[in-house]
Amino acid sequence: MLEITKENFDAEVKDFDGIVMVDFWGETCGRCLELMPDVVALSEKYDGKIKFAKLNIKGNRRLAMGQGVMGLPSIVFFDKGEKKEHLSGEELTIEEIENTVKAYC
Amino acid sequence: MSDILDVVIVGGGAGGLSAGIYCARGKMSTVVLEASAKTGGQAAKTNELENYPGIDQATGPDIMGAFRNHCERFGVEFKRGTVDGIKVEDNGFIKQITTKEGETLRAKSVIVATGAQPRVLGIKGEREFTSKGVSYCATCDADFFEELDIVVVGSGNTAVEESVFLTKFVNSIKMIVLHDEGILDADRTAQEQAFANDKIDFVWNSTVEEICGEDLVNGVKVKNLKTGEVSEIECDGVFMFVGTVPNTEFLKGTVELSKGGYIKVDDQMATNVPGVFGAGDVNDKFLRQVVTAAADGAIAAVASERYMQEEENWQERVLEADQDVAVMFWNPLDKDGMALMPDLERFCKESELPLVTIDTYKSQNIASRYNVEQIPTVVRFSEGKETKRVVRPSGEELSQLA
Repeated sequence: MLEITKENFDAEVKDFDGIVMVDFWGETCGRCLELMPDVVALSEKYDGKIKFAKLNIKGNRRLAMGQGVMGLPSIVFFDKGEKKEHLSGEELTIEEIENTVKAYC
Repeated sequence: MSDILDVVIVGGGAGGLSAGIYCARGKMSTVVLEASAKTGGQAAKTNELENYPGIDQATGPDIMGAFRNHCERFGVEFKRGTVDGIKVEDNGFIKQITTKEGETLRAKSVIVATGAQPRVLGIKGEREFTSKGVSYCATCDADFFEELDIVVVGSGNTAVEESVFLTKFVNSIKMIVLHDEGILDADRTAQEQAFANDKIDFVWNSTVEEICGEDLVNGVKVKNLKTGEVSEIECDGVFMFVGTVPNTEFLKGTVELSKGGYIKVDDQMATNVPGVFGAGDVNDKFLRQVVTAAADGAIAAVASERYMQEEENWQERVLEADQDVAVMFWNPLDKDGMALMPDLERFCKESELPLVTIDTYKSQNIASRYNVEQIPTVVRFSEGKETKRVVRPSGEELSQLA
């Protein structure tokens, strides 16, 4: 999965002419780490349909907040750089994420 | 159908992993069924884990990682799946554990260690602003609130300890507390830390009515329970620590639960269903900590092994015996039973009946299945079925079993 930082966010997400799913995560977020292997599997399953990316909030906190993300886990879908959907919460399941991915494929 | 396992442990948190170590080390074939991709449960989500005895410098994920490694060393098998039901087969012994993914596991005993998760109150704005200022996990989200003003809802140990942790990041905290001034649910040590921290203020006798904001949280509406007055507090975030709810939805109608949905267990972690045990935060209990979950797991493991042996012994020596047998239900503390023993042994020898003794002091499991209410009771079984019974017999009355 593509690694997003404040350096490449504009090029890869904001100015991208298509759908990008960004997995906002952090090393201290247990639920994020639980979900990660499943999210990676999704990115392989739906490879080529939409763009999959992950963003470690360490060092990119302001960037995340600028996108209205103030909690983890957060899975955000962008369409042509515009925030379309924000999945979040401790009880977020991989099924919910997959269903949303499917809706954008 | 799949092979029959000795034990399936549902849930891979502290309770489940501890049970796994004890079961596998007791040579039981053991599967831990975990819903998420990572084991460790709630403990793996807290950084501050300062009270596991003997370990004063490690994080939650570290300790839970060590639990997992310990399980693997003794041969515990890990499977991924979300349980959606437990059913006892007609013979009363084998349990079927079904998952949402459509898999069925069969086992002689089950240890439910599905834990609990943070309670969602359902106040206006709570769901809408989750991860947009509303948080349930300080270690996950503290970074976002650096130099900002936040509100904490709750006054238990978690609320107070996490607030103290959050003061390392935030500018200020207002704790919204249900109780009268000066009263917190947390223990003394935690209370003192909170009262001494000048970043923490308290709003007493109050509840949060609504979480407000546009894209992100910008305030809360707080109601004073004494005056009924509603006031607004500006803030950038709201941390909710209002207790947990057990993951027991799938047990409803099978296993007896408390009002709050926690599993009712006895001191051997046994539920009302023979062979189904509970361990950890999911149990109706006094203290929910890693150390108590680990203890529950150990007890449940040993109890499940004993249960399994008792059942296997029963199946083999009584239900599947190729001749009639006499079963004596007794209790070593009961003098009448002891007195009857020589007569019974003589009778069995003369009638060529093998004698099986069931100690009801150790376990009531089989006695209650056959409605044995008084001891000593002697029952004659033929082809696995009861044919004759004598309750508190004299030596002569044993001949009724012939």
